Amino acid sequence: MKTLWNNYRYLILRRISQISILVLYFGANAWGWKILQGNLSSSKILGLIPMSDPYAVLQMLFAGAVLAGDLLLGVAIIVVFYMLIGGRAFCSWVCPINMITDLANYLREKTGINKVKGIKQPASRNLRYWVLGLSLIISTLMGVAAFEFISPISMVHRGIVFGLGFGWAAMLVIFLFDLFVLKNGWCGHICPLGGFYSIIGRFSLIRVHHDAEKCTGCMDCKVVCPENQVLSMINKESLPVLSGECTNCARCIEVCNDDALGFSIKNLSKNNKTGE
Amino acid sequence: MSLSRREFLKSSAAASAAAAIGMNVPSELEASANAAEAGWRWDKAACRFCGTGCGIMMATKNGKIVAVKGDPAAPVNRGLNCIKGYFNAKIMYGADRLTQPLLRVDANGNFDKKGKFAPVSWKRAFDEMEIHIRKALKASGPEGVAVFASGQYTVMEGYAAQKMMKGGFRSNAIDPNARHCMASAVVGFYQTFGIDEPSGCYDDIELTDTVVSWGSNMAEMHPILWSRVTDRKLSDPDRVKVINMSTYRHRTSDLADIEIIFSPNTDLAMWNYIAREIVYNNPDAIDWDFLKKNIIFAASPVNMGYGMRRAGEKSVTPVRPDGSAGKYSAKEMETINHEMVHKVSAKEAPALEPYGYKEGDDMVNKPAGLKHWEISFEEYKKFLAPYTLDYVAKIAKGDPDEPLEQFKEKLQTLANLYIEKGRKVVSFWTMGMNQHTRGTWVNTLSYNVHFMLNKQALPGSGAFSLTGQPSACGTAREVGTFCHRLPADLMVKNPKHRAITEKKWYIPNGTLNPVGNQHIMKIHRDIEDGVVKFAWVNVCNAYQDSASAKHWIKAARTMDNFIVTSDGYPGISAMVSDLVLPSAMIYEKWGAYGNAERRTQHWRQQVLPVGNAMSDTWQWVELSKRFTVEDLWGPYTLRNGVKLADVRAEAEKMGYSKDTTMFEILYANERAKSYKVDLDSFPQKGYDNTECIGDSRNVKGENGEVFKGYGFMLHEYLFEEYASFGRGHGHDLAPFTTYHKVRGLKWPVVDGKETSWRFNVKYDPYAAYHAKENGRGSTHAFYGPLAKALSQGNLLGITDKKKKPLTDKAKIFARPYMDPPEMPDEEYDTWLCTGRVLEHWHSGTMTMRVPELFRAVPEALCYMNPKTAEEKGLKQGDLCWVESRRGKVKAHVETRGRNRPPRGLVFVPWFDEKVFINKVCLDATCPQSKQTDYKKCAVKIYKA
Amino acid sequence: MSSINPQKEERKMKKEPESDRRKFILNMARGVGIATLSGFIWSAYVDEAKASQLTLRPPGALKEEDFLKTCIKCGLCVEACPYDTLLLAKPGDDKPLGTPYFIPRDVPCYMCTDIPCVPVCPTEALDKNSLMTDGKLDINIADMGVAVIDDQSCIAFWGIQCDACYRACPILGEAITVEYSKNERTGKHAFLKPIVHADKCTGCGMCEQACVTEKAAIFVLPREVALGRAGDYYIKGWDKDDEKRLKNAKEIKTTTEISKRKAQDKLNGDFLEDMY
Repeated sequence: MKTLWNNYRYLILRRISQISILVLYFGANAWGWKILQGNLSSSKILGLIPMSDPYAVLQMLFAGAVLAGDLLLGVAIIVVFYMLIGGRAFCSWVCPINMITDLANYLREKTGINKVKGIKQPASRNLRYWVLGLSLIISTLMGVAAFEFISPISMVHRGIVFGLGFGWAAMLVIFLFDLFVLKNGWCGHICPLGGFYSIIGRFSLIRVHHDAEKCTGCMDCKVVCPENQVLSMINKESLPVLSGECTNCARCIEVCNDDALGFSIKNLSKNNKTGE
Repeated sequence: MSLSRREFLKSSAAASAAAAIGMNVPSELEASANAAEAGWRWDKAACRFCGTGCGIMMATKNGKIVAVKGDPAAPVNRGLNCIKGYFNAKIMYGADRLTQPLLRVDANGNFDKKGKFAPVSWKRAFDEMEIHIRKALKASGPEGVAVFASGQYTVMEGYAAQKMMKGGFRSNAIDPNARHCMASAVVGFYQTFGIDEPSGCYDDIELTDTVVSWGSNMAEMHPILWSRVTDRKLSDPDRVKVINMSTYRHRTSDLADIEIIFSPNTDLAMWNYIAREIVYNNPDAIDWDFLKKNIIFAASPVNMGYGMRRAGEKSVTPVRPDGSAGKYSAKEMETINHEMVHKVSAKEAPALEPYGYKEGDDMVNKPAGLKHWEISFEEYKKFLAPYTLDYVAKIAKGDPDEPLEQFKEKLQTLANLYIEKGRKVVSFWTMGMNQHTRGTWVNTLSYNVHFMLNKQALPGSGAFSLTGQPSACGTAREVGTFCHRLPADLMVKNPKHRAITEKKWYIPNGTLNPVGNQHIMKIHRDIEDGVVKFAWVNVCNAYQDSASAKHWIKAARTMDNFIVTSDGYPGISAMVSDLVLPSAMIYEKWGAYGNAERRTQHWRQQVLPVGNAMSDTWQWVELSKRFTVEDLWGPYTLRNGVKLADVRAEAEKMGYSKDTTMFEILYANERAKSYKVDLDSFPQKGYDNTECIGDSRNVKGENGEVFKGYGFMLHEYLFEEYASFGRGHGHDLAPFTTYHKVRGLKWPVVDGKETSWRFNVKYDPYAAYHAKENGRGSTHAFYGPLAKALSQGNLLGITDKKKKPLTDKAKIFARPYMDPPEMPDEEYDTWLCTGRVLEHWHSGTMTMRVPELFRAVPEALCYMNPKTAEEKGLKQGDLCWVESRRGKVKAHVETRGRNRPPRGLVFVPWFDEKVFINKVCLDATCPQSKQTDYKKCAVKIYKA
Repeated sequence: MSSINPQKEERKMKKEPESDRRKFILNMARGVGIATLSGFIWSAYVDEAKASQLTLRPPGALKEEDFLKTCIKCGLCVEACPYDTLLLAKPGDDKPLGTPYFIPRDVPCYMCTDIPCVPVCPTEALDKNSLMTDGKLDINIADMGVAVIDDQSCIAFWGIQCDACYRACPILGEAITVEYSKNERTGKHAFLKPIVHADKCTGCGMCEQACVTEKAAIFVLPREVALGRAGDYYIKGWDKDDEKRLKNAKEIKTTTEISKRKAQDKLNGDFLEDMY
């Protein structure tokens, strides 16, 4: 039991975080709870503290919207928050899509799809930055927040809070895509929101730190990591994960039996030269 | 057949002009649009809803009604309908239609007052009714068996129920919901004319110059008539004036030239103000020739109470030190105590001054009955003295935000319009003047003004009481399903009238009970007092429509009694009952209704009833099989000591045996059997007739066997026997078959011709006859026979008991303004008025089941002034409590929309069983008419 | 998602460093090509989605174009609505995804006097200022749409005494009035026809909900869709208020088929050639 907790403690905490956020949103709509109203695009804590999706707002800015003060405050709160705790913590601790893609990845592993020879990963992880750029261009041209029109993330969280409609189709598409087409396809390659938070995340303080001296080179962490390019230092250097693409999901910490990985606060002065 | 558009317009204009002056469009012999080959059949019928009496056509296809259209040949509506009428095709097919008798039973299937409803056979239903009727008769005599009857009964149903109740059970405890709606008008007619029902007709609308609506939201409650008023206004906008008199703004104001918002009950003062204007300031306007030939002046006691419970009645005994009494709380008693002693208020003191009262005096109330006496014109003039413009405007102005001067101006204009020489005036009213603790008074006051100006019973002029229900006139009033009435204005109190009835019914002399005092509120109160042990709700919703509802529901559910409801749908009354019977609805039976202008309209059974539903007529006739001469016609002593004779021996002399059933005596007698079932000729040919020949559903009847029909034309028998009461007495109806050929006829139908203006020598053959007889040479003869000899006196009372006849004369009454018994005070600071909305009929059992109507108005709202809302901390859409001394309901606040009350008054409609406003209302009645005042009581409003 | 394989390209680049530059340029070109293609598809979808003009928005909503720019799709207005009038468009609703709208036939806007849905909007896509009269919120000036009557199926136009819409109207007597006219067919009844006054109608849809015909004969459309425009170059001489339109009047310049050529060109043209 204890090892179970040890091996999955962050996973369990992440699921609790993801689900309770959805429950709070749902309760606000269904029963008028005031703890967390709205949805991931924009919401209010206790009817007071605004929070807004900075990427959505960025698109609105490109679309030519006049931005309200409250909205900017909400953006500032979110940006500062993720700058401190790790930009892509959103992806693994908040975003409901993560549960779908994790499931796809789990099944991929279990059914051995990952081990089939000859299957190549057909896309670059940089694709998301292209999508991000493209979304801003289309936002500008079309005068609407372009990604928000097609975002399966919004479809899912809005769907859960306000009614799903055909939103289940978006969930299924992502699931199948991740399962059969591309490992970590949506979150690790395409999602421009992930891309956006990767950029913010470069400055974050909370980091996974690697202790090369304890590392036995089993590479379990690289297997489990959905963004394993960020673990390039494993078994080489004692360094924190510096890439913004790390989602702080802490799966690597859990699977490391050698205590070679753990959270730490980034020491800016010491490591800023290392970069990615 | 190419009629050019121009020609078409021309010819239709000619046709409509003909229609407008009341020419009869030739009636087709048989509803000709009988397109059997097309798969449907059209046949004429009357609209199910209000008292307007629109003619409709029903389309039947595969045994179901599938569509409705306005009947273009119907003179009332010429093919049009309102939205309730528009949905006539849908009202019978709600998903929760009652299709099977349901009885409260325990686990073993035995009757259990506290049990749950379970389906039972008709036989079992009649078994239980028989048991409990016998129990009730044993415990309380005929007064223990009661019926909540209806103004929505067909003529035949009402007559069947009346016969069994009064002739069979010898009980006069049958009273219709029309008591709640028309009784004040009726007593007004009786006292003024000596005969019930209006003198004029709807054609007055096309002929008048002035329409004054007193306490009547015609725009919503009589939409088709309102469209006629509107048309009249459009025809001559400068000449024709429309005045709306109401305690709150409603849609009738839309068309009005003048809107007068008055304080509740002050309509009395305003009528007297107009009369005073005539007598004091425009004596030239009085037609003395007309008055001398046709009118006398009269007065009656003013200390007659408010029709509430009186001290000493069982349920208000004992009185406790905290002020509560019996089953009534101290708060309730605050109001009820006015019934015994009332302190004269500053508001009413000037009006009561001629009667010797001044402010602060204790007025000791006594039941006064209908007593009145003749007074001189000088007395009447003295009575009118207080109603100056200043006094009346001061007490009557209903909108605190309206400047007094403006209000005065309006009152003056109103009086001027009435008085103006050559100006025709029609005064319409409905519930505002009828549901009134001085309802009889205010009804008579309306005629005063019209009489003095000789503007009554003339084409285009007259005071005209609009009816609420489709057959409040045709059945409740004309058939006489009231506790005190017999058919055609005969009275149970009058031994001659009883004798006439007994003769027509072939029942022994002395069978009929002479005490008819169990009006609808009295029945409720008698149930609460434990006297009535068996009550049957027929074609109404007695437990939703009665004020102080909590008392009556509690009495029904917790006391030793048996309540039966016959209905199409499970309404509040059904829920309150012990036994629920599924009734055939309107087009599932042969029937006839009579509207407000005395128009009788018949229809045939269009379809078979759903499930095992059977008509109320059938239910009464089947029940009658359970009781014999021996069971019912023995001796009884009533509560007040009056003895009902043992008439069994007399019955045997008439050829009945001890075991002859009421069925054989009252329904299946030789006269009845002479009306043959004749399926080969008009009007029976091609139509279902469940009661007479049974039907393909093979419903099992009272004896558990398949009901095959009575074998004779029951409907025609009931109608013809009933009609025989009125023929030759000013109530003449045409033969049964005739009504199936025409679009209704206004009685009296003399020599095949209907009568449009009664009492007018020119139009009414009876008036012509009486005028000739009395030789006064008048244009009118008010020949109604009731109360046509009076003692003499002054305002204070009778001075000469000797009765002077007043043959063919009508009366002008001195009747003062008085406060209602409950008025806003510090705690209950707001007036509550209730009423209807256009979309829903009464308690909503039918219209709330029509999806479109339900969606249009899904709930009753509490209409209030935005300032009232603000004062109470409420905003549009909030839920608020409306609480009186009797109960409270929750409703949503509406500060906009159709009804716009002034500050200090709220309006809540009563159709919604979820906003059960009759829990809040006060069961005070007009002490003369016994009609409840639903239009005023005091409430407090606060946020829920 | 795409057939491009940048990873493969990358690897090739590593193998053949000498052609790095060529490969890079080619790669970029392919990236741009793919981006353009998907951009077109994406834009086309967005264009289609936002083209659905029949959407009724909450009170105070900006003009549809600006609304789509500015709405962040958080659903706070939906949660604030006490009558469950507002819905958040889900996939399959055929409305711009995630934006609030209402279907008056189901639940109309009840025109709350405190307009709870508007102040909660974080982006001011629902603009409080547009609903202010004398510094107070005033729902009566809201413009959600305008009611339109189909006089063929409206039974009041048949002569039926209906007017359910009129009585349901929260600003009865102003937004809907009853027009009286004689019914020449019957000769004694009047038509009481409902007339919508577009300048007062807020588009709340209480009339549409109340309408008793099978499919509503009075229904709300967005004002842009429902109304024509007479042009500001003619002012009603009998209506003082109409002067207001002069504010919008612009410099007039007209071109027709006959006037599109310059005067001089026309004069020098060949019109007269075969005239004599």
